[in-house]
Amino acid sequence: MQLIQNLIDGLGVGSTYALLAIGVSMLFGVMHLVNFAHGELLTIAAYTMYFLRDRNVSWIIVIPVAIVAAIALSVAVEFVAFRRVRNASAFTLLLTSFAVEILSHSIWRIWQGSKQKTFQAPEIAFTTFTVGGLTIEWWDVISIGVAIVAFSITGWVLQKTLFGISLRAAAEDFDAARLMGVKANRVISSAFAFAGLLAGVAATLFLLRRGSADPRMGADPLLKAVIAAIIGGLGSLKGAVIGGLALGVVEVFTRSLLPSGIEGLTDAFVFVIIAALFVIRPQGLFNVQSAERV
Amino acid sequence: MLVVDHLTTKYGALTALRDVSLQINQGELVALVGPNGAGKTTLLSSIVGLLKPASGSVTFNGTNTTGNDPASLVAQGLALVPERRRIFKDLTVKENLMLASVTQPKNLRVNRLNEMAALFPILRSKWDVSAGYLSGGQAQQLAVARALMSDPKVLLLDEQCLGLAPTMVDVIFDLLVALKSQGRTVLVIEQQAQRVLGIADRGYVLRTGSIVAEGTGAELLADGQLFASYVGGHQ
Repeated sequence: MQLIQNLIDGLGVGSTYALLAIGVSMLFGVMHLVNFAHGELLTIAAYTMYFLRDRNVSWIIVIPVAIVAAIALSVAVEFVAFRRVRNASAFTLLLTSFAVEILSHSIWRIWQGSKQKTFQAPEIAFTTFTVGGLTIEWWDVISIGVAIVAFSITGWVLQKTLFGISLRAAAEDFDAARLMGVKANRVISSAFAFAGLLAGVAATLFLLRRGSADPRMGADPLLKAVIAAIIGGLGSLKGAVIGGLALGVVEVFTRSLLPSGIEGLTDAFVFVIIAALFVIRPQGLFNVQSAERV
Repeated sequence: MLVVDHLTTKYGALTALRDVSLQINQGELVALVGPNGAGKTTLLSSIVGLLKPASGSVTFNGTNTTGNDPASLVAQGLALVPERRRIFKDLTVKENLMLASVTQPKNLRVNRLNEMAALFPILRSKWDVSAGYLSGGQAQQLAVARALMSDPKVLLLDEQCLGLAPTMVDVIFDLLVALKSQGRTVLVIEQQAQRVLGIADRGYVLRTGSIVAEGTGAELLADGQLFASYVGGHQ
């Protein structure tokens, strides 16, 4: 019984990682960029929720505005920071992403201070129901359901739309895609917007339960998302989903198995398990044949 | 229609193209021949905007397009079939073609797809197959079909026969003749110099980054010394 309980909890947590990991993997595919600034999309969504909830704005308005804020920041970061260094080395791109992350932390700290800003999470985030002796949180069910819808829409967009085909082509051979008429700025900007949308959805699932914002809050989920993307095979979107869900499940199972008093070492144990996986399969779960950069 | 004027392109300190000038008129099939490393692919890359020239200009349809983005040049009617084809192996045949219709109005895209299906029946039978599973000859046809999807005013072809079986080389040359008879404007780079000059209206010989000879296909073919000196064993 505990096994099923943990599995549901793990998939709920993993859904957030998977949504973020898809964005990380997508941007790596088109730019060879491991975007450590991606977690800042959670931060802006969190402060947006805090500002609006502080003014008693309804959740029906707060959630879409927070998602739009994440999309807008993602597109703005591409335009202001990454577009200028698009043809630079992967190392320069990585440093740029760190610079954006640190700049974001500093701006929030100067403006809002280091302390957590809390907002009242909706009741449903903590409501449970019981089925056959299992106590299930509604929010886990909602998270898994939303993630399934988001994964399905992402799959449909990538397989059936010209934007999706352009994105997959650009990930395989960007110059060849440009020779077909694909505009580099448009496809990359759209990729950042799509990654921002998924991050906004992930932020909603994550924040409605957390109920707080602080300047460095995006760093931890982002690290997990990067690890999830690497587990799945960086550049593989299917791998990112499976990597994210697997990471969530492993995390919850590890926490439940650790003796009381050392639950705080959960991440350390999870990272040891991941390190062991990479010893056996250094390329991740899925082979990625092509991940060209601009 | 396409004018390259005193074009110089460098890779760092290395000058790959030096003061190259050539012109292609509407409806012409022009061949560019020369030994390996002469700068032929560099010239095409400079024309389509993949490389930024150090000096000189490219004029397409009366507009200076020097260093313009490749995507905008496709929209203006300039298409390149690159060396080694560079088809998208992870996409299906149909997706490869759909992608190449991105510059076309939405209502014409399906029509273009149907035209390619009629022109290349073998591709139609492989519509939903990943392009990575095509044979060399089929992949070559896909590369050409993909370029034609944008209905280009000028088509540039870079070494399309490289690595193909002799029967497929015949197919490619038949295609060149067909494109010429349709009145398309074509610039083709080909190692089989004698054969391509035999069907070309005019030709240029490129060596170590400079144009060393030009003339009609017949004139260049008649100059045996030229071939011995500049084109070598590719007669």
